[in-house]
Amino acid sequence: MLKEKLLYGIFALLLALAVNVQAELTIEITSGVDNPMVIAVAPIAEKSGVLPEDISDIVSADLQRSGLFSTIPRTNMLSFPGDQSEIYYRDWRVLGAQYLVFGNSERLPDGRIRVTFGLAEVLGEKVVLSQMVHGRDDSIRDIAHYISDKVYEALTGIRGAFSTRLAYVIAARGGDGRQVYRLMVSDADGARERLMLESTEPLMSPGWSPDGKELVYVSFETGRPAIFRQKLADASRRQITNFKGLNGAPAWSPDGRKLAMVLSKDGNPEIYIHDFVTGAFTRLTNHFSIDTEPNWTPDGNSIIFTSDRGGSPQIYKMNLASGATERLTFRGNYNARPRLAPDGRTLVMVHRDNGQFHIASQDLITKDFRILSGTFLDESPTVAPNGAMLLYATKRSGKGLLAAVSIDAGVKFFLPAREGDVREPAWSPFL
Amino acid sequence: MSFQTIKTGFLIALLSTFLAACSSTSTEDGSMGAGADGSAGGVATGTAGDGSAYGDDLSAGGLATVFYFDFDSSTLKSEARAALNMHAQRLKSNPLYVRLEGHGDERGTREYNMALGERRANAVKEYLVLQGVNGEYLEAISYGEERPAALGSDESSWSMNRRVEMTKR
Repeated sequence: MLKEKLLYGIFALLLALAVNVQAELTIEITSGVDNPMVIAVAPIAEKSGVLPEDISDIVSADLQRSGLFSTIPRTNMLSFPGDQSEIYYRDWRVLGAQYLVFGNSERLPDGRIRVTFGLAEVLGEKVVLSQMVHGRDDSIRDIAHYISDKVYEALTGIRGAFSTRLAYVIAARGGDGRQVYRLMVSDADGARERLMLESTEPLMSPGWSPDGKELVYVSFETGRPAIFRQKLADASRRQITNFKGLNGAPAWSPDGRKLAMVLSKDGNPEIYIHDFVTGAFTRLTNHFSIDTEPNWTPDGNSIIFTSDRGGSPQIYKMNLASGATERLTFRGNYNARPRLAPDGRTLVMVHRDNGQFHIASQDLITKDFRILSGTFLDESPTVAPNGAMLLYATKRSGKGLLAAVSIDAGVKFFLPAREGDVREPAWSPFL
Repeated sequence: MSFQTIKTGFLIALLSTFLAACSSTSTEDGSMGAGADGSAGGVATGTAGDGSAYGDDLSAGGLATVFYFDFDSSTLKSEARAALNMHAQRLKSNPLYVRLEGHGDERGTREYNMALGERRANAVKEYLVLQGVNGEYLEAISYGEERPAALGSDESSWSMNRRVEMTKR
């Protein structure tokens, strides 16, 4: 049995290695903020050796995707400063740039690459950030996203989430016409897509461990839904549940020790918590209605979930210590699949409005309620670990694709895949 | 590039086969929108009632093995009950392990639809048990919206997808 699992792990690993970028996501920005900051990202001056990828292109795209920045095209730039002494501020003032990112790269004797970068304020004519970052040829994108994170944080005060990852499911027709389900992981910008698992049986509900090193998901490969966990590093995996009925909606606790899920082994969909250490399954809810889609509050003290105990699906919160349960949503007759932003007060959910399904947010303190998405059949919202953006799944021309919207609904963009239906995005924690 | 063309051609062929298949059965869910019972064609018209004649073919004699549901409902329609009465007779005299696969349409969230699909599968299971079939032989499994029978985003596709499929285990 162990040997079989090991073999399976190796097989999955081989698969993961064999399939390279084949259905990479691309980005289409549809709207940004009204007054974006104008920033120029000068090409990184390459002092020794040519870099395999263009760092400033990646940084530029990152900043633009946040919707908060408008970037100056390289062809308009009058000079390419590699360090502070080479900056002629008037070159950037005439372009209308408020900020400038500059830098240079060097190959060290041990083969590593060192990038020295800075951020300058054009009007004030001063450098406000200056840093060094090291990497290898295969981590150029990591270096670029690191620079984006630092620049974003310096200018917005919010920690950047460009170095994070996404997990999602792609459903496509295989060569024999059968549906094929693929569990994928990519960078937050859709690049470096990697296959974690492929199956002819449905794969669904991917989620991350709080350390970002494992995924949890539902697979029907046994002929029934079952919950699995899988390591990103070596693609090895382990089955966690095999109960009769539903085994679904797994959600890892913030402390990493527990997994919330829905099971119907006792006859009805109920929320359970599995303790990874003791192996115990503890039932949380006890109601004849549907209770499903559990998720943790950021402090780990409560579970939010969907229940139709009031006659229509609505979102409830249960305190784990006291068992006290309160209803959180009251607008409309369909609110489901809740997620909380890292601030613990912005609730995002799937909301039905005039027969259409949109992503909505509700401030749990002010009760301010907003519909964030304008597309149709929207589902599976997932919030970035910095709380600035959320991703969700939608449909366009009959095809499933991912869309993103800022938490204030000002910025919107799509991430369509080249083939297949993309669905169920899950944004990783900070890595 | 040529691969793309071939694939598209294949998909079209597949789709047209599928559409042809749909159109022949579309009468049986035509009554759903109207909410009328209607004597739907193709459902429960089988004559084999003694149970012994059909062996292990669940659809022998043209007996329906797919049962459709209204939106957000797990209530069995009268034509489904009529077909299930026949299945119950057959299964009592010739016990078979049967899978009841519950499905939903794409609207709403995936895990909530898993729960709805299970409700539908359980409704069929409970009905068969009420008719005297041994529940040990029946397994209810939900696929939620993960395995649609029709791929469109309109009522005609959705009504094909809200279903329970009965198969041999």
